[in-house]
Amino acid sequence: MPNKIRKLPDSGDVQVPIGPQHPSLKEPESFLLTLRGEKITAASVRLGYNHRGIEKACEERTYIQDLYLIERVCGICSHAHLTCFVQAVEEIAAIEVPKRAQYIRVVVGELERIHSHLLWLGVAGHEIGFDTLLMYSWRDREIVMDILADLAGNRVHYGVTTYGGVKRDITPEQIKDVLKAVDTLEERTKYYIELAKNEETIIKRLSGVGMLKHDDALRLGAVGPTARAGGVDRDTRRDDPYAAYPEMKFKVVIDDHADVYGRTLVRMGELMEAYSIIRQALTNMPEGVFRVRAPRRIPAGEATGRYEAPRGEDVHYVKSNGSDKPERVKIRAPTLANIQAVTHMLEDRYLADMPIVVAAIDPCFSCTDRLIGIKDLRTDKKQTLDWDNLRLSGIKWYQKRGVDFSRLNEKLKRSFK
Amino acid sequence: MKTPGKILMQVLESVGKKPATLNYPQEKPPMAKGFRGKLKFKPEACVGCMLCTKDCPSGAIQIKKLGEKQFQCEIDLSKCIYCAQCVESCARKALEYTDEFELANIDRGKLKIVYSAQPPANTQPPTNVQPSTNAQPQDPTQK
Ligand code: SF4
Ligand code: SF4
Repeated sequence: MPNKIRKLPDSGDVQVPIGPQHPSLKEPESFLLTLRGEKITAASVRLGYNHRGIEKACEERTYIQDLYLIERVCGICSHAHLTCFVQAVEEIAAIEVPKRAQYIRVVVGELERIHSHLLWLGVAGHEIGFDTLLMYSWRDREIVMDILADLAGNRVHYGVTTYGGVKRDITPEQIKDVLKAVDTLEERTKYYIELAKNEETIIKRLSGVGMLKHDDALRLGAVGPTARAGGVDRDTRRDDPYAAYPEMKFKVVIDDHADVYGRTLVRMGELMEAYSIIRQALTNMPEGVFRVRAPRRIPAGEATGRYEAPRGEDVHYVKSNGSDKPERVKIRAPTLANIQAVTHMLEDRYLADMPIVVAAIDPCFSCTDRLIGIKDLRTDKKQTLDWDNLRLSGIKWYQKRGVDFSRLNEKLKRSFK
Repeated sequence: MKTPGKILMQVLESVGKKPATLNYPQEKPPMAKGFRGKLKFKPEACVGCMLCTKDCPSGAIQIKKLGEKQFQCEIDLSKCIYCAQCVESCARKALEYTDEFELANIDRGKLKIVYSAQPPANTQPPTNVQPSTNAQPQDPTQK
């Protein structure tokens, strides 16, 4: 794919690459838009700029070490990925997770959803030039971050879930703190819903932008709020309940706007549901142990974990061979399911809508990136590069252009030894 | 009523309020209880089972045997991800986390922390604890 602006000879349309650096969000991904004037006539996306090889790395590490690697698939849905993976492993090893642990997983999971949706609200505000909203929603997000730090010991990678339960119990004082924080957050969310329904700037800017109707959402395999805003009534928490969700009463929020405005309303609605779920879980939390012993070696078998992450359904496949390391791990993050829909949403819209349309699926590109195979277009030969060769070819590429990084490279290599 | 500028009231309400941010580093935030910060090692409790080294996801912790029931722990703060798996793996409670979080350093060597057991009086000091690694031998019992 050529990474430069070019004019298409037959139609006179112009192809413009957006990204891979900073294509609206601060994560690298490359979009190629074909423009006729200000209008986008075609769009395509190219993944692979943030590939970290996590699936492969999982196979090289023990199950215990994988807990921390899997958590780092995403900084925002760390609990979602971890719990999804752990659920799959627990299924293989037939570990019976205590009730109390299931409840704690739900509480942390919903707190994470609150944190993620408030974060999204701020990002969306920023993308439409409404930075006041960004400042306020992120200020309020601090409340939930503090609560998570208090429950888990860290603001971002909580590390709450582990095989056979959770690592930390919730004390009665913490329950009180969480309930208090949830009350404040609920007040604030009501205000944001009020704002979203009455603030004309938001309504005008988001309505009709990034349309993804019900049938298209199904056809393109969209998940999470992106699909639910188009009226797709799907939620793993209800359809294939895990942890303590079978005992929770909640509504799956759907909307029929099918645009970015609809996605905003769905996320705000989900916040209100999350508060209710947290209250139910905390008040009905059963007594008892919060962790059972799990073996270090997992018996041979395979399982798939499903989890409704804030961005949509997350799927982890784990295959074990009886050793203490998994044989295969496969991660399908929600952004991978939603990214196809983005190209559809961009078509026939203005170029200026691109940032908010991309941001509206709440993408997480590093979760999504996959291995890149290099194919020489002239000879049709395929090639795979390992780290050292990749570095070497980078150095050569720059040397041809008069910049020599080889000495710096040597120095860095030495200092990292 | 649908009007622009709805958020203006919020903005005006905030005018007289104190900022939501902290004046760090003058003002230090209290760390959450159970915050996972820099690790601490108690040499007298360690039995050298090496489970911490085996389970550490980033290879940040090394245990060396100095002598009979004498163990030294070396933690590389630049590798440690503060996950506290080692604390969990240690059945002897020889490791614990503290709430120390200001660990940045421009000298890579200073990020290696060695907790060493006091060598028994009648033996030579171990040769593998050297100042050349820029490590700061610390005795947690004197802290
Ligand atoms: S806290 Fe985690 S990364 Fe750090 S030494 Fe312990 S196990 Fe290793
Ligand atoms: S797990 Fe505990 S007892 Fe075992 S080597 Fe590590 S610190 Fe020592």
